Order: sequence, then C-alpha cells, then structure tokens
Amino acid sequence: MAKLNELTIREVADGFRAKKFSSEEVTKDCLKRIKERNEEVNAFVLVDEGEALRMAREIDKSGFGGGAKDHILKGVPVGLKDILNTRGVKTTCCSPGLRDYVPPYDATVVEKLRGAGMVMVGKTNMDEFACGASTEHSCFGVTKNPVDLTKVAGGSSGGSVAAVADDMSIYALGTDTGGSIRQPASFCGTYGLKVTYGRVSRSGVTALASSWDTVGPIGKSVEDLAIVLGTIAGRDRKDMTTPDVAVPDYTKFLGKGVKGLKIGLPKEYFGDGIENETRDVVMKAVKKLEKEGAKLVDVSLPMTKYAISAYYISMPAELSANMERYDGIRFGKKASEKATGQIKDLVDQYFVVRGEAFGDEIKRRIMIGTYVLSAGYMDAYYKKAMKVRTKIIEDFGRAFEKVDVLIGPVSPFPAFGIGEKADDPLAMYMADALTIPASAAGVPSLACPCGESESGLPIGLQVIAPQFQEGLCLRVGEVV
Amino acid sequence: MKISKDTVKHVAKLARLGLTDDEVEKFSGQLSDVFDYMDILEEVDTSGVKETSQVTGLENVSEKDEIIKREEGLLGASELPVESNQILVKAAIKKQ
Repeated sequence: MAKLNELTIREVADGFRAKKFSSEEVTKDCLKRIKERNEEVNAFVLVDEGEALRMAREIDKSGFGGGAKDHILKGVPVGLKDILNTRGVKTTCCSPGLRDYVPPYDATVVEKLRGAGMVMVGKTNMDEFACGASTEHSCFGVTKNPVDLTKVAGGSSGGSVAAVADDMSIYALGTDTGGSIRQPASFCGTYGLKVTYGRVSRSGVTALASSWDTVGPIGKSVEDLAIVLGTIAGRDRKDMTTPDVAVPDYTKFLGKGVKGLKIGLPKEYFGDGIENETRDVVMKAVKKLEKEGAKLVDVSLPMTKYAISAYYISMPAELSANMERYDGIRFGKKASEKATGQIKDLVDQYFVVRGEAFGDEIKRRIMIGTYVLSAGYMDAYYKKAMKVRTKIIEDFGRAFEKVDVLIGPVSPFPAFGIGEKADDPLAMYMADALTIPASAAGVPSLACPCGESESGLPIGLQVIAPQFQEGLCLRVGEVV
Repeated sequence: MKISKDTVKHVAKLARLGLTDDEVEKFSGQLSDVFDYMDILEEVDTSGVKETSQVTGLENVSEKDEIIKREEGLLGASELPVESNQILVKAAIKKQ
C-alpha cells in the first residue's frame, strides 16, 4: 500500500471508514514527509505539529460512524495558503509587514473546512500578497519545484501546490487572481481549479485585486477538487460578490465521459509565444479526448494578446487601493526601532511603515496602480483596460455559443529556473498570458496535468467553461 | 513611455510609500518597460465599448441590517499602544 500521505481525499476517507488507519496516522505521515522535505522544498511557512495531531486525535475519538457531522473531509490533512485568515494562527501573506500577524477570526472557507473537520497541517508559502508567478517574492524564501529543485514551483500559490505535489498534505487551498492556482499546478503536475468569480467566498482572504480574486482547491485528482469545491462554494453574506447560485454535488458530473461534447481550441493558445513542446503535449491530450468521442472545433479569442496589459493595469489599480489599509496602525508591523526617530507626524509614519512593510513586487505594483489612477492617466490606462476587459468577455461569449468548453495550455512554457526571471518583471508577467483571459471573464478554468517535457517537467492543460459550469470543467478534466 | 525618477517620486508620494534612492532608480527603468508594453492596448478599438468592473452581473446587493457578532480582540492586532479602546498614533494636525 502507498504511504498514507500519498493517498487522495477519497482513498483517505474510505480508509477511515474501513478502519484501515486513523486520522492521526495519516497526519503523522504528512508531518513526517514535511520534516524530510520542507527544508528543501519550502512549501510550508508554518507547521504546528502539536496542534495538527491534537485535531487528528480529537477527530479519531469521535469516529467516522456517519451522520450529518461525518463530512468526507473529516480528518483529512490540508495545507492552507498563508493568505487565508486562520483564527489564532499566524497569517503573514508572506510579507515582512505581516510577519507576526495573528488574525482574530477565520476566513469563511477556513470556517467551512473547520466545520467539515479538517486537520490543518500548516500554512503554505506564496508570493507576497499573492503578487507573483513564481513564489520567489516571499519573505520566507522561494518554494522549489518538487519535481526539479532547480526550478520554481510557480506562483503565487506555489507553496500549496508544492505541498500537494510532494505529498506533504492530501489537498490544499490557494487563491487565483490571474493564474495563481493554475500556473503552479501545471508547473508541479497537480490539479488546481480557478472557480467562477464569486463562486467561493473571499471573506477573510486578504485582497489583491477585488474584481479578479478567487479561492479554489488544489488536489491529486479531479474527484478531490469536486469534493472540496462542494464544501467551500456558495453564497456568503460576508462577501457580497457571491451570487445566490445553487451549489451542486460536483462529484455527480464525474464518470460521464466527453462523448458528444464540443471542445474549442483557441488558435491564440496554440500559436506564437507557445513553446513547441508544450503545444505538442497538450495537443496529444486533446486528441485523446477526440478519441473518447469529443468533437474538436477551431475557435478564436482575438483579445488574448491584450489580456496581460489590461490585467497589469486593472489589477495594480485595485491592489494599490486595497493596500491603502496597510498603515501599521490597526494591524501589521509598526515602524522599526531605527526608523522611529524620523517620524514626526502621522504622514511620516505612513511613509516609513509602508516602505518597510512591502517587498519589491508589491511596491512596483502599488506604483503602477497609483500611476494609472492618478489625474490625467485614468482614461488612457484604467478606463481603457476596463473596456478591453469587456471585449475579452465578448470573446468568450462568442466562443461558448459554438462550443461547450475551451482547452489550451495553462502556461506557454514549463517551470522556469529559480532566479531566471526575478529581475525582469515583464518576462515574469508573460507566464500568465494564457491564464489571465479566463480570469478577466470570471469563468472557471481547471488545470490538469497532461504530460511532461523531454527534460521531465510537468505540462498542464486548462479546461475553461462558462460561468458557474465548474462541473463541466471537472467532467472533461477527469478524462484528460 | 519613459517614467522619470521625478515621476516615480511623485507617485510614491501619492501612495505614501517610502522609497530608497536605489528603488527610485530601479523602478524608473522597470516601470518604463512595463508602460511601454501596455501601449499595445492602443491597437484595440474600444469606441462605444462599456467598461467592465463586475463580471457576474450582480448589482445593488443588500442584506438585512443586523449585527453579526464578531470575534473580540480586533484591537489586539495593533502593535501600537491602545488607550480607552482607541489606538494611539502620531499627531495628524500641527499645533499653531
């Protein structure tokens, strides 16, 4: 039998009910793996062994007998991205400014998982405030790709994905604003789902770009994602952007195959700028779907090449507004001892605290955002970007008149070397070229591993469906 | 578009962001590159196109006006001194 930490949610849950092993045993195996590997991989920034084992033992004591309380996620070890507020447990966003921040309340998704009986093994690494595509912008250092330790794990949810890919936790939660779940999932060879905008509550999740941010699951199988999504999705009165759309049992979409489904292949996702190897591996997987009975249709999303620019105007604009709350007063780091002398009044305090609190990439984005919102540039940049976003949405609307889902690579290239793009922000931004459009349209997109490069690096494809059709993504993804 | 060091300093002031001289230098170059790239949007004809800021079509979401009990201890998250349930900060207004 595989080691317990290598199992899926379903396998763990079945094992509990068959009394083959306990939550404590699964948790111990995960913690053991973390001990062996985390120093190198750096997926977790906080692990509380004692608390994890306490949770597991308590769950074992109550048993897995059934009943309403007996959720399938009960006793299953999870890793949570360090942007999700956890009551009484440090939540740092991997930023120097929040290094010691202990939230007084849980994010709604955390509350839901607690209610299901989760065992949290720890908080996972990420780019500071989820700004980045490589988890290199973390005050705790880079997360390495478990498949090849010289490569990045991707980002910003690099820690959550690496934790799952390296069997340190059974599943994880991450956030995806422009690709932050899908891109690392494809780099590390796991499954990850960006949900429809508003499908999952963001209450208690630190905001990056409020009209783009989503929370989603990362797991070892499509079924696991279906299970977790069904648990965390739904209307939340603490997040006014969650519409009252019924949450189906997402596992019911599985096992139906792809016969008769129309799959659109956007030519822009297979054209210039996409590495040949990536294109070939994805096309091979698409051909398999055709063999299973799907019909392939060529489509075009002509706005694809403009999506990065629109995103890198809209997102920093929203980020710069969200970051205004980091003033070192109500929470977060106050000014350091050595800088305290320079502070004469409240305004000085803002400059000092914010200068010390943020890393490079956050400062860069606050600058971009402030600039595009400043007098004289608002129309040329910000409003223009919002209009281009409308045109991106229209692209998807036209495509979904003809097809059920769209498929393309997640990233134009597999995982890149650590440090390779660290000083070239523009090159880094290109890593999200194919994930941003779905984010712009607020549609769900599932990243599935579909093969590997000649050098052994995972390659992933994404299945994009219309809003609130996560079930369709999962149904197709299962066959990939 | 060239983003001069003066522009960087001006924007940093608007954002209340303390930057070192090295950062001003670095951001001037990097932001110039980023904005050059964004000029690609000029190719897109957006005349008559509406701006999108909300993608699922929700508007005017309302809720019953009732108090939800929140966890205590919000003030405890501050590193600054707390006095009579208020956080003590530096003066915002100068004495004449």
